[in-house]
Amino acid sequence: MIETSNLSKSYGSKTVLKIDSLSIPKGQSFGLVGNNGAGKTTYFSLLLDLIKPSTGHIKSNEILVHQSEDWKPFTSAFIDESFLIGYLTPEEYFYFIGELRGQNKADVDNLVAQFEDFFHGEILGQKKYLRDLSKGNQKKAGIVAALIGNPDVIILDEPFANLDPTTQIRLKGIIKNLAEKQGVTVLVSSHDLLHVTDVCERIVVLEKGEIVKDLETNEATLKELEAHFSGSEVI
Amino acid sequence: MRLKHFLNLEWKQFFRSASFGKSVALNILMIFFALYFMVSFLVMGIFLYPGLKKVFPDQDPFTTLNSFLFFYILVDVLMRFFLQKLPVMSVKPLLPLPVKRNKVVHYVLRKSAFSFFNFLPLFAFIPFSIKLLIEGYPTGSVLAWLFAIILVTLIINFLNFVIESFSSETELSFLPIIVLAGGVFALNHFNIISFAELVSQGFTAIYNNPILILIPILVLTGLYLVNFKQLKSKLYLDSSLKTKVTEVNASNMEWTKRFGDIAPFMQLDLKLIWRNKRSKSSVWILIIGLLYGLFFYPNPAYANMPWFFAFVGVFVTGIFLINFGQFIPAWDSGYYKMLMSQNIKYQQYLKSKWMLMTMSVVILFVLSIPYVYFGWKILLAHFAAAVYNIGVNTHVILYGGSFNRKKIDLNQRAAFNYQGTGAVQWIIGIPLMLLPLAIFGITYAIAGFEIGCVVLTVLGIAGIVLHQKLMKFITQKYLDSKYKMIDAFSQDS
Repeated sequence: MIETSNLSKSYGSKTVLKIDSLSIPKGQSFGLVGNNGAGKTTYFSLLLDLIKPSTGHIKSNEILVHQSEDWKPFTSAFIDESFLIGYLTPEEYFYFIGELRGQNKADVDNLVAQFEDFFHGEILGQKKYLRDLSKGNQKKAGIVAALIGNPDVIILDEPFANLDPTTQIRLKGIIKNLAEKQGVTVLVSSHDLLHVTDVCERIVVLEKGEIVKDLETNEATLKELEAHFSGSEVI
Repeated sequence: MRLKHFLNLEWKQFFRSASFGKSVALNILMIFFALYFMVSFLVMGIFLYPGLKKVFPDQDPFTTLNSFLFFYILVDVLMRFFLQKLPVMSVKPLLPLPVKRNKVVHYVLRKSAFSFFNFLPLFAFIPFSIKLLIEGYPTGSVLAWLFAIILVTLIINFLNFVIESFSSETELSFLPIIVLAGGVFALNHFNIISFAELVSQGFTAIYNNPILILIPILVLTGLYLVNFKQLKSKLYLDSSLKTKVTEVNASNMEWTKRFGDIAPFMQLDLKLIWRNKRSKSSVWILIIGLLYGLFFYPNPAYANMPWFFAFVGVFVTGIFLINFGQFIPAWDSGYYKMLMSQNIKYQQYLKSKWMLMTMSVVILFVLSIPYVYFGWKILLAHFAAAVYNIGVNTHVILYGGSFNRKKIDLNQRAAFNYQGTGAVQWIIGIPLMLLPLAIFGITYAIAGFEIGCVVLTVLGIAGIVLHQKLMKFITQKYLDSKYKMIDAFSQDS
């Protein structure tokens, strides 16, 4: 589904990301972990063509991401709060995203209704603008908005941060369901090793912009990751 | 925590801000303005005494000046409201530190006393006082009078912050201050309460009896305390954490549906304009723009200058276009990343903005029809200007927008907020305003008024006919600068 080859991004002489080859098959739940500055968000931004690769390319469904825009209809993402439109209510925001993705109001209502317990009664019908919601609730709205329009690829940057424990557990259920039952390719980055090993079939560790580990998730994975990060933390 | 720590922090804030290098041009412009005003005030101060003596030969210049002080104070209050802001300081990081709250507040307030606006009057009043002394007025009295002026300046300084915080809470923007100032002026003008007289008597009293200086000192102290209380109450986190419970009245705006595929963007734009402080003010400016013609048309001096009508027409019918258009696409800078990763047709996005601007021109033209009272020629010129605005200026301003690299925070107060203003906004004014003026002026001089109108109209129609082609070209410009815009908009200024 997503093929990365010879990809690199540098600012001046500093290379922040360098991935020679990475291939993510369709329907995989893919986790990206790494310390701050490892290049997680840079990789996601390249996937969404928000920044220009210095070398190499990413192919999503055989489409060159930085040349064609045809990947947009089947790709959606929530990177940070700047993906939200602060002066809309959550409902208005969902409808707006829905219209961009060719969904009518009824479609959006149907989809959003499935996430009622995820919202915990704090998003819908509140008559509040998104900018007035708490960080956690903004995130919930943004994540659900990324699910509108049956995308094949969903990219979530740090989805677990800022969420309360109940919501974290529910979000894990949603992500697993997407990948296993609906065949959606889900890309997730996180600092929380436990969550990411729970959710993802495959985990890639980035360090200073390069892939240092590429693991199939099993019982030993969490231990291995913890060992890796506690070792590399020592300075 | 000492004063030097505060100063150190501010120094770093200024020089390390992300926009420091970029806004140098703007700063130079501001310094230029400041110098200009300083020199003007100085010259005014030097020539005030002989000037007043010449104009009012049978009055003591000092008394004459006192009788005008009321108007000076009124103008000062208005100017400050629009131009001066309470010096801001990011206090949040200081709150958990062992710094007394009182100290922070005192510091912020005292700093405001050193504003440029408080020094500016000195450039006029000190030379005037020196002149008074040379003319043999009693030294003690003159000094008391000058001191009173300084005190009044400071009183205005602190009064302004009270007014400002009041009007920012009520969302009425600059309406209260205009009503207040207009009311006081009217009361004075129609001799109901002669404020000019009162102010004059007050200053004369201090001049005659310097001990009365205590009154302005008391007023100043009182205002300082009011400000102190007000600021201190804001210095708790809960005032910023408290969620506003403003009920949202969501409207469907079904009528936009008839615009087809640009409807979602039009709805978004209309909500953007109406729900954010910064953009909402461009609606208020509409009213000012619409009345702009009244500055010129009733004045017989302009009646014989028809070449000027088209310029006024471009402005009157295009005020929204200029005001809203100059910040395309920066209005959407807060969520530009999201838009760029969505499945959108860029051309629709721009077309929606174009449609909004075009509609505003049509509406403003209709509203400006009453200007026909001042002559048919004006209506004709306005019509030509409106067509020109739709056909040419909308495209020019959209094209200019592709060079926009400055983020806008939609929640900031609007009037005289220079955030998001870059070189683009200054340069775009040339083709926008001066080009039609030049075209019309030249054709008017060569071939007459009617031909001038025809030329503007034809240019406008040409633009409308070529609309699709022009939009394609403009869209490509936006696509070419996509990465640069995303990068610039994601940086905090």
